[in-house]
Amino acid sequence: MKITADSPPVLSILDRPNSYIGRAVPRPNLQRLTQGRGQYISDVTLPRMAHVAYLRSPHAHARIVSISTEAAKNAPGVVAVVTGAELAKVMTPWVGVLTHLKGIKSAPQSPIAVERACWQGEAVCAVVARTRAQAEDACELIDIVYEELPAVTNPETALDAGTPVIHASLGDNLCFERKLDVGEVDKAFANSDAVVEATFVTGRHTGVCTEPRAVVADWNEGEQRMTVYHATQAPHMMQNLFAKHLDLSESQVRVLTKDVGGSFGIKVHTYADEMATVALSKLLKRPVKFVADRIESFVTDIHARDHRIKGKIGVSKDGIITAFEIDDLTGIGPYSVYPRTSGIEANQVVNLTGGPYNCPNYRAQARVVFQNKNVMCQYRAVGHPIAVAVTEGLVELAAAKIGMDPLEIRRRNLFPDDGYPAQTASGLKLEQLSHHEALAHLDTMIDYAGLRAEQKKLRDKGIYRGIGFASFIEVTNPSAAFYGVGGAKITSQDGATVKLDAQGAITIHSGVTEQGQGAEAVLAQCVASSFGVSMDRVRVVTGDTDNTPYGGGTWASRAAGIGGEAAWQAGKALRGNVLAVAGAMLQAKPEDLDIRNGIVVDKTTGAERLGLDELARVAYFRPDTLPPGFQAELMATRHYVPRAWPFAFTNGIQASYLEVDTDTGFVKLLRHWCVEDCGTIINPQLVNEQIRGGVVQGIGAALFEQCLYDERGQMLNGNMADYLVPMAVEMPDIDCGHVVSPTADSELGAKGAGEAGTAGAPACIMNAINDALRPLGAQPLTDMPFTPGKILAALGKI
Amino acid sequence: MKPAPFAYKKARSLDEAIALLGENPEARLLAGGQSLMATLNMRLSAPSLLIDINGIGGLGGIAHKSGAVEIGALARHTDAERSATIAQHAPLIARAMPFIGHPAIRNRGTLGGSIAFADPAAELPACLLALDGEVDAQGPKGKRTIKTGDYFKGLYETALGPQEILTAIRLPAADSNTRIGFAELARRHGDYAIVGLAASARADGKGLKNVRLAYFGVGNTPLRATGAEAALARGDVDGAVAALDLEPHDDIQATGAVKKHLAGVLLRRVAAQLMEQRP
Ligand SMILES: Cc1cc2nc3c(=O)[nH]c(=O)nc-3n(C[C@H](O)[C@H](O)[C@H](O)COP(=O)(O)OP(=O)(O)OC[C@H]3O[C@@H](n4cnc5c(N)ncnc54)[C@H](O)[C@@H]3O)c2cc1C
Repeated sequence: MKITADSPPVLSILDRPNSYIGRAVPRPNLQRLTQGRGQYISDVTLPRMAHVAYLRSPHAHARIVSISTEAAKNAPGVVAVVTGAELAKVMTPWVGVLTHLKGIKSAPQSPIAVERACWQGEAVCAVVARTRAQAEDACELIDIVYEELPAVTNPETALDAGTPVIHASLGDNLCFERKLDVGEVDKAFANSDAVVEATFVTGRHTGVCTEPRAVVADWNEGEQRMTVYHATQAPHMMQNLFAKHLDLSESQVRVLTKDVGGSFGIKVHTYADEMATVALSKLLKRPVKFVADRIESFVTDIHARDHRIKGKIGVSKDGIITAFEIDDLTGIGPYSVYPRTSGIEANQVVNLTGGPYNCPNYRAQARVVFQNKNVMCQYRAVGHPIAVAVTEGLVELAAAKIGMDPLEIRRRNLFPDDGYPAQTASGLKLEQLSHHEALAHLDTMIDYAGLRAEQKKLRDKGIYRGIGFASFIEVTNPSAAFYGVGGAKITSQDGATVKLDAQGAITIHSGVTEQGQGAEAVLAQCVASSFGVSMDRVRVVTGDTDNTPYGGGTWASRAAGIGGEAAWQAGKALRGNVLAVAGAMLQAKPEDLDIRNGIVVDKTTGAERLGLDELARVAYFRPDTLPPGFQAELMATRHYVPRAWPFAFTNGIQASYLEVDTDTGFVKLLRHWCVEDCGTIINPQLVNEQIRGGVVQGIGAALFEQCLYDERGQMLNGNMADYLVPMAVEMPDIDCGHVVSPTADSELGAKGAGEAGTAGAPACIMNAINDALRPLGAQPLTDMPFTPGKILAALGKI
Repeated sequence: MKPAPFAYKKARSLDEAIALLGENPEARLLAGGQSLMATLNMRLSAPSLLIDINGIGGLGGIAHKSGAVEIGALARHTDAERSATIAQHAPLIARAMPFIGHPAIRNRGTLGGSIAFADPAAELPACLLALDGEVDAQGPKGKRTIKTGDYFKGLYETALGPQEILTAIRLPAADSNTRIGFAELARRHGDYAIVGLAASARADGKGLKNVRLAYFGVGNTPLRATGAEAALARGDVDGAVAALDLEPHDDIQATGAVKKHLAGVLLRRVAAQLMEQRP
């Protein structure tokens, strides 16, 4: 993959001296990380620290008859062997439900299975030893007698009367169900000139992080305090959960994240083995480290996207979409994941399907069922890739049916750019989107007419290329509407504390976190800009519940839009405070002064008046020289939460150009484009990196990634050789373009950009493949990932 | 995952390594480690002793002598990839090299390790079979040479005895009448192929003779397609595809039916390579 020139920075109204908003400045943590001086959880070593390895169930569903631990307890280096029943005395179980998902239910989940293992890979016993290797050696000495129980694996039959119920206490295998019926769907279909139906399958896959999940828990018996070094996206959420289930107060728990090597939503959930590690530290009164290895990651890191959606679209012959209807079925494993639940993904599919289009008739049903496979939960772009695949797949199939160009059908149905605020049929409130401008931008960017001409010419030579599109909307900057209203202690607000040190440099403490996205760069840019110093004078601290303002962390594309705004406001507040000191020192009116490049200047003439180092020296060491009664406040905190809109929706459109080898069924990606609108662009390079990385993960979904299970619930490809993550050689150049519609809810106007790429890419690839194969009369491909075998079958070659 | 405990010894000579193998039936030889370490870390195998053969001198050479190319067991994939001798006299090996894993793997992995390990989806064993090469081995009873036809016995199973060490492979050197072909299909560059085909033949006027087609990824060992070879020698490509009698099993990347279809596609592509070449 070659990174081509990024779009030029979009300068915004926020420009002032030292404005880094809209500039592709490098991340402040770049050098440290690229020099290998990052500190990940694996790097944390504490005195008396022990390592835990978990013995995991080889069965998808089994009763644990007995566990013999004697031999393991006597093995070299072993500190303790702990079963689920023993750990249950230290930590209470949890149930992953939210009150705003009406009717959602789940069973209590324990840190280590008690009596019953419900998926292959669930931890059934812990061995704590001086080294991880010793712990693994001792695991082999544990003798567990299982009684295998029938495994529920197929969601299609999970609700049948003859299917065993996984959790008897729940009565059936239904976790959550949602139905929606808006407008006059039946009438609309009846009055349509064409109706297209298709069944879409999005393959179960997972986010593969460079750094696996990892935690070091350190219970200090003397202090009665738990310190958890945790590769998590949401330290305050975890603080609350550790405290709650260990029966501690939150003030007794400190969570530090250190550097985190990728997250993609994988590291924002409660994992039984991580909870168990924390409980083990409490039990053993010593630090315990758990670092998931690759093999156990595949059967324990949340999976996602395992959906089967029957979709239906109606259109008039002039291309107006009359109605959408979907029936979504998803199997989420044996438990709804705590605390965000495994109902959100299907809920999002219902919310987002049809989202870009001004179509009032929509009916949806979603059923979320339990099964004996690894748990599913929120992974980057939660629900979006599924909803976009269904919507955009149907739109292009409808266009083909009525013989209309795929961009033209979109032009006729996308919400008009001048028609906002608007509301989707599912009830999503849209502040200001730019579908048409984005589409026009893309049309030019890809030279659509030229591309079609080339495609036609090559077809005559037996070369089958396809052009596919996907319009999309993306949920960003979530307010309390996402989780808070459902009763989860997941804050939607975030804070930033900014202080001037004794030499005039700035430190910012923020509640959002960094896992490689560049959140720290964005925070530094915001503060440097609003306060008025160069970026090298700003140091960023994140990921420490003892020291950062209470915040949500980084997920749902919220770090820049919410954390950035809090940082921006905190910088402004500190500027005010500093100018008050300067005014006092210079006997000037603060409003006549400004801070530029770290120097207090005369606002109108720009003449330098006072260095920040001198100001700090006086404020900290010679406050006696300031006017009586004047108190310098060189630290300021601001918080921000979106209030005007439940979510700041963004929009965009992607295009894919690819070639299908009709002999082999192999797909060669030639080029990919994405035009998106994330409002104010704080750092175009970081936005483009998010888009490109997201597109690559979406390509993974479309072509490569799938967690394959057999009918007994055994994962078949849980290793990096057999589970295919997309790699650089197969990736096309990805060009990014931008339209800017700032949100008026914040001063910065930034929305999120983290999930747009992932949201649209799978649909886009799917549509391009079908576009390529249409002249050959192939059945439309709607079952992801599109392997050579599936393509050959569609072509009738096997 | 961490490997189960094992002892480690660095052998200084072939005799020492062979003696260590005799004393420790549970021992394994360690060459580049690119296949072995993964199986250890996943606890798929737990040898009591690793005998590191990397310190044994004289096993890394690549030489052209008396009509053959001899490659020492410890020659790294990278050495072969960059060798002028191989480019000139064993062009099939040169063609196959870039398909083996990634540069980091080729820097460590050895040709001897690959042939000894005999992964049925690996490129080199198929190349050896296509070229009708030989394997030199040394054991407690001395040295012997094994013809490829006798070498591949089953899944990861070869004619090497438990105390034998592969010391070199020998391939007939290419001349102006040598024709070679190579193609494989992998989902991602560097992966083991879903199906691959290594081929050699001799030019016979405008046609071909001595056609050898060695498929990989379609069975327990690299497999000759003899019916197809005969058809190709007659210049009948369609007949060759029709004569393919492979019966590949389903695996995680493709069903047997897909593999079989792809084997036919590769045959056409490789046949074109064999026929297009000019001296
Ligand atoms: C990510 C990855 C991708 C890969 N992709 C490919 C690929 O596409 N194609 C491919 O062909 N290979 C691939 N490989 C494997 C690689 O080529 C290995 O290097 C090779 O198969 C084994 O060689 P080695 O020297 O590393 O052997 P080792 O791993 O050291 O040993 C392998 C086995 O052979 C035995 N052995 C080694 N040397 C001798 C000897 N001289 N005599 C007797 N027994 C011996 C060992 O005891 C062991 O059982 C890949 C490896 C990795 C890690």
